Amino acid sequence: MAAELNAVNGSGRGASVLLTDLEKRFDRTNAVDGVSLDIRSGEFLTLLGPSGSGKTTTLMMIAGFETPTAGDIAIDGMSVVAMPPYRRNIGMVFQNYALFPHLTVEDNIGFPLKQRGVPKTERTKLVGEALELVQLPGYGGRYPRQLSGGQQQRVALARAIVFKPRLLLMDEPLGALDKQLRENLQLEMRRLHADLGITFIYVTHDQEEALTMSDRIAVMNDGKVAQVGRPEDLYDRPCNRFVAGFIGESNFLPAVVRDLEDDIVVAECEGVLVRALCPARPANGTKVTLTTRPERLRFADTLNGHAPQNRMSVTVTEAVFAGERCRYLLRAADGASIVLKEPSSAAIRRRQVGEQAEIAWSVADTILV
Amino acid sequence: MTPYLLAAPLIAFMIAFYVLPVVAMLMRSVSDPSWTLQHYAALPDDVVFLKTFANTFYTSLIVTLASLLLGYPVALALVRAPRWALVILVLIMLPFWTSVLVRSYAWMVLLGRHGLFNEALIAAGMIDRPLRILNTPLATQIAMSHILLPYMILPIANALRQIDPSLLRAASGLGSPPWRTFLQVTLPLSMPGVAAGVLLVFVLALGFYITPAMVGGPREITISMLIAQRVDQLDWAYAATLSAVLLATALAIIGAFYRLPGVGNAFRMNAR
Amino acid sequence: MIGTRILPATVVGLILLFLAFPILVVIVVSFSSATYLTFPPPAFGLKWYDAYFSSADWLRPTWLSLWVAGAVVVMATLLGTLAALGIARLPRAARVVAAGLVLSPLIVPGIVVAIGIYYAFARYGLVGSPVGLIIAHTCLAVPFVVTSVSASLAGIDPRLEQAALSLGATPRGTFFQVTLPLIRPGVLVGALFAFITSFDELIVALFISGSGAVTLPRRMWDDLRFQIDPTIAAVSTLTIVLTVALMWGAHLLRKRAERQVTKEA
Repeated sequence: MAAELNAVNGSGRGASVLLTDLEKRFDRTNAVDGVSLDIRSGEFLTLLGPSGSGKTTTLMMIAGFETPTAGDIAIDGMSVVAMPPYRRNIGMVFQNYALFPHLTVEDNIGFPLKQRGVPKTERTKLVGEALELVQLPGYGGRYPRQLSGGQQQRVALARAIVFKPRLLLMDEPLGALDKQLRENLQLEMRRLHADLGITFIYVTHDQEEALTMSDRIAVMNDGKVAQVGRPEDLYDRPCNRFVAGFIGESNFLPAVVRDLEDDIVVAECEGVLVRALCPARPANGTKVTLTTRPERLRFADTLNGHAPQNRMSVTVTEAVFAGERCRYLLRAADGASIVLKEPSSAAIRRRQVGEQAEIAWSVADTILV
Repeated sequence: MTPYLLAAPLIAFMIAFYVLPVVAMLMRSVSDPSWTLQHYAALPDDVVFLKTFANTFYTSLIVTLASLLLGYPVALALVRAPRWALVILVLIMLPFWTSVLVRSYAWMVLLGRHGLFNEALIAAGMIDRPLRILNTPLATQIAMSHILLPYMILPIANALRQIDPSLLRAASGLGSPPWRTFLQVTLPLSMPGVAAGVLLVFVLALGFYITPAMVGGPREITISMLIAQRVDQLDWAYAATLSAVLLATALAIIGAFYRLPGVGNAFRMNAR
Repeated sequence: MIGTRILPATVVGLILLFLAFPILVVIVVSFSSATYLTFPPPAFGLKWYDAYFSSADWLRPTWLSLWVAGAVVVMATLLGTLAALGIARLPRAARVVAAGLVLSPLIVPGIVVAIGIYYAFARYGLVGSPVGLIIAHTCLAVPFVVTSVSASLAGIDPRLEQAALSLGATPRGTFFQVTLPLIRPGVLVGALFAFITSFDELIVALFISGSGAVTLPRRMWDDLRFQIDPTIAAVSTLTIVLTVALMWGAHLLRKRAERQVTKEA
């Protein structure tokens, strides 16, 4: 089996990658504008952001295809900025796979081994193992064009890990696949990451993909890292409006700070006092924005037992049944729009447009950004 | 540095054996017998030149028009009749890949005094004595249209191929009859191809030499033929002057229309 | 209703006939048994092919044309491929100038090129020599190589070269193992075009082949001045077969390359 691949990489840890104030300027715009990241050995880190946020450029600089305008990239403590890509020994999976169309699957996967002077018999053995690892045994003699998108993707993966790199870069590797296949491959890549123990840096614009796969996510916007953290931290504790809006759906409510209680801020919002978590200590009277997740809001009358602290009266302006949940658009007293998502159940009464209601949510789900 | 090193051998080769020779020859138009513009100054009063130049333009114009009229339907059929596309393509490419010399010869065979065309008309009883077609401007126009037709068809077919078929379905879905869809959707959207084809054919026609020399006879000659005659007489100053005018005309026309969509591309790909 | 389909079909059919008919007539005439040009031929035979193959006056120029074209293929393909690789990587301004120069023989009128070359080659002592023809034809053939190779280069996904580098191939290794195999069809197509360009070339040959380097088209031209002998039909048919076969090969190569690239993208 793929025992040997696993063994070698299992014992040797993945590489650590340190980006320090990394910058890349194209003409007059800064594609990457001061990115610093400390990626730990064996970590699965995702660079997540909209197109043009600088995530791919950052990846290309780590791979060596772009030269940073300023800053440093260190792999295992050694700067690689001056090192050409072919000496960096980094595995890379490209968007659209970039399989060599003139080579068979076997020769594609054997390509990095051939560059490293691995003898033919050894090469055949390693290629066979890699094909088993990505569950494509027996496909070695085919050409890339004879494979489906998902199969090409697996071959690209096998080719990128067959030479046992300690770091694997992936640039939107699942972008061209349909949803079902994408979800299968996501699981497979997680498994591969666990088995190989090497460091993965993964670029995507798909937040769901980032949330399901990553150990940590670096959300990028305008060439900067907007926030780095574990998926649940980013979702529960977005530290700015961009992150709150980009990852999942959020309600944004204008508010004014009225009081501080320990690490909780009391703010006036739509005519009521609402409590929110806030690491910073804004002065009274500061205008702020509160965010909440639509699925963390509840209609107060469906709750029994200990009710969440934050409450607000609203009017239902739109009600949409969406299968697994109902989605309501609500209007607060001062006119702010709020989205509420309620798990659907035949046992729960559905609200009508125009109905008055009270909503409630917990302080822990209220973030001040 | 590498890109320059890779391109350098060819560039040097072409400068030595193509650019410098042509430039040196053209220089004769201003350096013979000493620095002068007299050869250009004489052109407006030069009846032979004016007549030849006009004739060349006129021939190119006729050939371009004929190619457009004959080429558009073929391009349309090539794109819209997929079942016949291969047959049509072969029938276009067969003459396209045959040398200009052989094609001109073919027209000599067809249009000669005892050529196929005359024999057929006589056999059909439509004429008594053979018509004189070979060695007339008409022969030049027919043969040149034949030779340049593919240069018209291919760019137009390219433009037609890029029209989104759903536009046509949309048009007919909105109640437009086929002829109106053609006039209001297909024709306007194929204009880049038409512009490219027209320009390509016209410019290539301006420089034609072999065909008019073979089938056109000695009376209505083209600029290229006049240049060749003067070279034979070793009148380099005059030949160079005419060459400069011909080259400048071709470049000016291309330069003026190069920015039109599709045109630049057609010139780069005019290859074959 | 029927008219709306039959009429256009007839028109297109007639135009296509106009395109193909002259060529077909030449081919038919070449198999005529008559001693003069007449159509349809009274009977068929290989008389004119015999005449061609038994005449040193015809065979000598044929061999000359073939080996000149062969030499042009080597020179134009080598120079053109290297240049295409270089031009693709030049900065924009330099690229426009270089491409303009290299492709200009496609639009500069043939007579201007021909007499320019004649004017200079007479001084270089290259008139009446196959070397002069090879050099001149290389200039005319090179644009076809450059366009063809450039098109295949442009069709290569830049990520393929990046992938090779990321997998440990040096820039040199990347060129020989990835880039070159991928542009090979383009190079071959360019080589075929170069061959045909030289083999069919007449205008330059009219001026510089003199009496020492008479090519096949030049020989045909000279012959046509005096007679429209069916031998020329036989020669024409042979060149038609040769060029059509080569062009068809080029066409297939190009299609195959396109398929490979589009599948990948």
